[in-house]
Amino acid sequence: MKRISLPLWMKKLYEFYRDGFSQMTVGKTLWTIALLKLFIMFAVLKLFFFPNFLKTNFEDDKSRSDYVGKELIERTR
Amino acid sequence: MDLLNVNLVDWSRAQFAMTAMYHWLFVPLTLGLGVIMAVMETLYVKTGKEAWKQAAKFWMTVFGINFAIGVATGIILEFEFGTNWSNYSWFVGDIFGAPLAIEGILAFFMEATFISIMFFGWKKVSKGMHLASTWLTVIGATLSALWILVANAWMQYPAGTLFNPDSVRNEMIDFWSILLSPVAVNKFFHTVTSAWVLGSVFVIGVSAWYLLKKRVQDFARRSILVASVFGLIASFLLLSTGHGSAFHVAQRQPMKLAAMEGLYEGKKQADLLAFGIVNPAKKHYADSIAPLLMPVAVPIPGFLSLLAHEDADAFVPGVKDIIDGGYYLPDGNKALSFDEKKSRGLEAMKALEAYRGAREAGDQPAAEMHKAQLYESYAYFGYGYLEGPESLIPNVPLVFYSFRIMVVLGLFFIALFIVMLFFYRRKLEAQTWLHWLGILSIPLAYLASQAGWIVAEVGRQPWAIQDVLPVQAAVSDIPVASVKLTFFLFLSLFTVLLVAEVMIMVRQIKKGPEAEN
Repeated sequence: MKRISLPLWMKKLYEFYRDGFSQMTVGKTLWTIALLKLFIMFAVLKLFFFPNFLKTNFEDDKSRSDYVGKELIERTR
Repeated sequence: MDLLNVNLVDWSRAQFAMTAMYHWLFVPLTLGLGVIMAVMETLYVKTGKEAWKQAAKFWMTVFGINFAIGVATGIILEFEFGTNWSNYSWFVGDIFGAPLAIEGILAFFMEATFISIMFFGWKKVSKGMHLASTWLTVIGATLSALWILVANAWMQYPAGTLFNPDSVRNEMIDFWSILLSPVAVNKFFHTVTSAWVLGSVFVIGVSAWYLLKKRVQDFARRSILVASVFGLIASFLLLSTGHGSAFHVAQRQPMKLAAMEGLYEGKKQADLLAFGIVNPAKKHYADSIAPLLMPVAVPIPGFLSLLAHEDADAFVPGVKDIIDGGYYLPDGNKALSFDEKKSRGLEAMKALEAYRGAREAGDQPAAEMHKAQLYESYAYFGYGYLEGPESLIPNVPLVFYSFRIMVVLGLFFIALFIVMLFFYRRKLEAQTWLHWLGILSIPLAYLASQAGWIVAEVGRQPWAIQDVLPVQAAVSDIPVASVKLTFFLFLSLFTVLLVAEVMIMVRQIKKGPEAEN
């Protein structure tokens, strides 16, 4: 199989991050927390609890603006 | 469902407030600590002293903990816009969209790129490159704050936009008016300088703990020196921007100022209140019961008038004046009463309805006429939603006390910085009382910071957008039970994150800067 050689700058960049992550101490815990938090936020909360109200209930911008316009007028009554 | 269901509005507001307040626990420390660690690294590069490097690295680790736990907590606010505040989101779409998109790009490219060099690059890049990365990380974080504060300032002072009755959206017509509106500029500097003060107090508090424990005393003294000098400079900038805030509030949100001062009856040569207790017996804005018990004014005649209008003789309207109208505004026009504004708001609403009807019927001349009528009264659009004059009054005790907490603590921090500097060359290590004062000041800094937001945000109620859209019109027509559920989900998530942050941070602080070697 033919080996793909990366440009030098990409190799250096890869080594920079590889060494940085491997030498982390408290950082590993922080990364775990940060990734877990992002997973909860985007894969659980956003997906199941925070649908975009207008995008979910209306198909296009015209019907969204009609709805909001109607809502704004009716709420004064 | 009752569309103006108080329960739904209150729960939606409570959820937004809770999310914003938790988010704001993380942000100011990032902004404040960021500058301090960058200053320390600059001192290291300038002097070559390893002690500064060790100090910079330690505070960077603390910065990293706060950054990692706090990052993206603000995105939840955007979730809430789309779900709980969909009318509002639609209404302001373009205004919020552009600044938030810029914020996202800046946050990603600047912070994500340079923060990795800052943490991983100590032995990989030159001193100068590393220092530049540290400063760029701090600048990136600060610029991220700029865009969200610009969006917030627009809600307090909607400038540079035009309402489009076809799309029912406010559209940006002048980007620079939004970015450089006096409210936005002042809000940015006031918020950032307050974060610098919080960061300084935090560094002093942690360093004071080391002095109390008789550990790493040289490190602690260095940190206290930098934080006290920086904190003092930031405090004086904060005083200046605080005055700017009061001035802008007086010009554009007089009800907020009246609530901050517990002022019901306006007056010329109004005094600034130093102390007072909000009278719980006052039930109505127009009754004759005194609004405050034991009021004590700052002994400078007309100081509130001077601060608010740059004229010690100027008239400062109270709650009753703002509702009754009839006084003269700073621009020379006569203030309208609540009833007049409500009437104009309803006219604007009728014009919007008529415009949409005419458009549907294809009657272009009538549509243009109604559009002109709409624009004539659009400045009062939101008043049509308010039931009575009382709904124009924010929670006076909350705003009144929060304002005083913020100001008194701000002055206390100035004293703290000065006292720390005074004792810096006078056996700082031996001043146990001062160590305790420094440690106990950390929660006070957070209290002051949160109090500032309460003044800004509770003080502008009932408005989501000043004079144009109140919260009851901005909220989505969704079941209140779902808002309650997500409120408690967020409360749990944020509490876990906060506990994690405190635990990891305390563990790192206990390890101390020695661990950085």
